[in-house]
Amino acid sequence: MSAVAILKLAEPPARAEPEPVKTAAVATERSVTVERSEQAVTPPVREGLGEGGREMLRRIIPPVFGIVLMIGIWALVAIKSGNIPGPGKTWAAARVLFADPFYQNGPNDQGIGWNVLSSLQRVGIGFGFAALVGIPMGFLLGRFAFMNRMFDPIISLLRPVSPLAWLPIGLLVFQKADPAATWTIFICSIWPMILNTAQGVQRVPQDYLNVARVLGLSEVKVITKILFPAVLPYMLTGIRLSIGTAWLVIVAAEMLTGGVGIGFWVWDEWNNLKVEHIVIAIFVIGIVGLALEYMLLTLAKRFSYEAR
Amino acid sequence: MRKPIVKIENVGQTFNTKSGKFTALRDISLDIRPREVVSLIGHSGCGKSTLLNLIAGLSLPTSGVLLCDSREIAGPGPERAVVFQNHSLLPWMTCFQNVMLAVERVFGRQEGMPKLNARVAAALDMVHMDHAMHKYPHEISGGMKQRVGIARAFAMEPKILLMDEPFGALDALTRAALQDELNGVMAKTGATVVMVTHDVDEAVLLSDRIVMMTNGPAATIGEIVEVKLDRPRDRLELAQDPRFAGYRAVVFEFLYRKQLKKAA
Repeated sequence: MSAVAILKLAEPPARAEPEPVKTAAVATERSVTVERSEQAVTPPVREGLGEGGREMLRRIIPPVFGIVLMIGIWALVAIKSGNIPGPGKTWAAARVLFADPFYQNGPNDQGIGWNVLSSLQRVGIGFGFAALVGIPMGFLLGRFAFMNRMFDPIISLLRPVSPLAWLPIGLLVFQKADPAATWTIFICSIWPMILNTAQGVQRVPQDYLNVARVLGLSEVKVITKILFPAVLPYMLTGIRLSIGTAWLVIVAAEMLTGGVGIGFWVWDEWNNLKVEHIVIAIFVIGIVGLALEYMLLTLAKRFSYEAR
Repeated sequence: MRKPIVKIENVGQTFNTKSGKFTALRDISLDIRPREVVSLIGHSGCGKSTLLNLIAGLSLPTSGVLLCDSREIAGPGPERAVVFQNHSLLPWMTCFQNVMLAVERVFGRQEGMPKLNARVAAALDMVHMDHAMHKYPHEISGGMKQRVGIARAFAMEPKILLMDEPFGALDALTRAALQDELNGVMAKTGATVVMVTHDVDEAVLLSDRIVMMTNGPAATIGEIVEVKLDRPRDRLELAQDPRFAGYRAVVFEFLYRKQLKKAA
């Protein structure tokens, strides 16, 4: 309820002035203060809040409201259904769980930290192999039209297949659960990397290649100084999509293969009927996925020459 | 008569398009002599950029032959530097690195790093971009990017410098400033230049000869005007000079009376 009250206070001034005008006003205020640094540097303050504070509020309030709404609905559903744990119960369970995330009681009973880490490790290995194969492959497909046409039917056919369909093949080939799970990650990660890298190579502006031709750069220089930097943003998009999918797939794969991992842990807690732990796992999976996405976006921004 | 740097003999260029063969150029013969500045001018679509690309070696003619220093042009090379219309600086390198890429390629084998650095600095200094040498292309204006593009081309000390509408993308004031600067640099280095332009004033101001091309398809050289104005040329003085107006009139006459586009 309190969130609604805050929102009502904050909304009207936010609506009163459309966004572009607002930013323009801020800009002129800034330049004025720069020009007349001697004079009073007091931008018009309304209701005791500075421009920065208002902006902050406007950014923070909607997400807070969203989260409160989600928790509210969750609590309601929990009360109505009776067997889904509510926020309170889950919070209590989480505090116990996160008090010791790295305990080890044998192979089937380990802390949530270990489970998350081993899932991340599988994703890392599977994705790593996929990058080693997929990125050079993408370069080849982007550079040579023949290769592109040759692999087009294969990729078109295999890409829509759920990576889990490959799990039995992995089990058959590797005879072990762990590499089979990694194998499914490899399969699901490789397509976005091939396709995005190939697209990046095809989209290298002809001007840059003409520069290379006029300078008579060696093939090594063309790759390191022109192709690679031009393709890098596309590659990073491929990597981001791959890791996102891999993190989706690993949970399902681990449910099937068992061992240590967040997916297996979810299934194990279902067998133990600790539903609050499953809810916690959902949050943990979401937060880790968000962190991966954020990390890769930051990385992409660092290497994108347009945004720099 | 000085030996020509570039010799174009009976060159024609035909493209295979969906709707059959398209003849862009035919029967082009032209000699480019050392230290002269030649402009190619004509209506858009007359193949002037096609001709420049042939000299650059970026494409090869379907008939005839192009020679550079008595050797057939079989592909692009650093002795024929190109200034592209849209500057074509690599956005992930600073201005310095962009010029260095070219300098290293041309002089890297025989010179050490300090000398290469000095070359890059001198080239950027020549176009008055020394203050921004460590900036990235997106951090500088369009005119500044084109200056760096020109510096890159000059730094290679090419036998001939090819410019494809080098100032086409710039506003009138920036263009004027860069034309003056280019005039200065050309005087200082004694460069041989072939420049594509559609700006009559630019052609008269900068060139020793203006090659006027007929309309495509199957464009060829219509007339050639020798511009016998003294150098250095001053924009303001020339504006009052009847000879300048005379040359302009000749080019305008060709472009707008003899070659007026029927369709356009």
